[in-house]
Amino acid sequence: MSDTQWKLWEVFVQLKTGKPHEHVGNVHAPDAELAIQNARDVYARRDKPVSIWVAPSECFSATTPKDNEAFFDPVDDKIYRHPLFYKIPKGVSVDIE
Amino acid sequence: MISSNLLNFVLRNGDDRLILSHRLAELCGHAPILEEDIALTNIALDVLGQAILFYKYAAELENNGKSEDYYAYKRNEREFKNLLLVEQPNEDFAYVIARQFYFDTYEYFFYEELINSKDKQISAIAEKSIKETKYHLRHSTQWMLYLGDGTEESHNRLTNACNYLWMYTGEMFQNQDDDLPLIEQGIIPDLNQIKPKWIDAVSKVKEEAQLGKYDPNSFMQKGGRQGNHTEYLGHILSEMQYLTRAYPNAKW
Repeated sequence: MSDTQWKLWEVFVQLKTGKPHEHVGNVHAPDAELAIQNARDVYARRDKPVSIWVAPSECFSATTPKDNEAFFDPVDDKIYRHPLFYKIPKGVSVDIE
Repeated sequence: MISSNLLNFVLRNGDDRLILSHRLAELCGHAPILEEDIALTNIALDVLGQAILFYKYAAELENNGKSEDYYAYKRNEREFKNLLLVEQPNEDFAYVIARQFYFDTYEYFFYEELINSKDKQISAIAEKSIKETKYHLRHSTQWMLYLGDGTEESHNRLTNACNYLWMYTGEMFQNQDDDLPLIEQGIIPDLNQIKPKWIDAVSKVKEEAQLGKYDPNSFMQKGGRQGNHTEYLGHILSEMQYLTRAYPNAKW
């Protein structure tokens, strides 16, 4: 027997207007209404978000670890891919992570 | 005179919420699914918080050194004036939902009126609490629809629960004698005015949930408001009060 008969939903919470919705985890629920309620109870009871999104997990496609080499490794070794050769004018703040 | 009437009103409302929160808290670790377990205990904490607000105000009115803990832990069964509805046991999940739905609907309309109280403290409690109650009502209403309009099993269970608990709903709308001066002064709402709203809202959900119609004039149980309880309250209190009774002033 699986742990539940309910569908899995991915939960995204926005903490501030204008900020992105961030993935926080998932919940089980039979439909979107209860998914939102469950998401609220599980992920939003301590912070005070401004918005919650839920979507059925089955709607997401994802890369797998075995894709990593082909997908992600090449970006690291070509310095010219990065916009590092511009002089940034004074007074412009840059947020490079 | 008014202040002792007000004290009774405030305590009664604290009692409703304390006992309901205890019933909900019993489900911690026992709800049918993890998410619902969290939802119900969340609601239990909200309702407990509301009980504390009422008890704190009671302590303020009495002004003789009592705290909210006194009202929860140091009183006996007959001193609790909660509705019989809220002490009814968690027979199954449908009972939990039906009890919650009846109470949430009542509480919503009750707070809606109570916000207009001439007593600032009462009005503030109502204004703070109604936000929580709106969510509780949304949750219990949704479950009424799922169970009522769900499988044959869920429908039958919810029908049983709604039928059984119906006789405990009349008590919600009985003004007590000591309420009357408070109603006249605009401190608390006249429960007779809340009743038709409640009947209307409950009937709509029941219809949508494929549950039958209920007669609001059928026989109704009463006694909770006088301290005459069903067999269940004593058991709730014995569990809830055991620790503080056995180890007075214990701290943890």
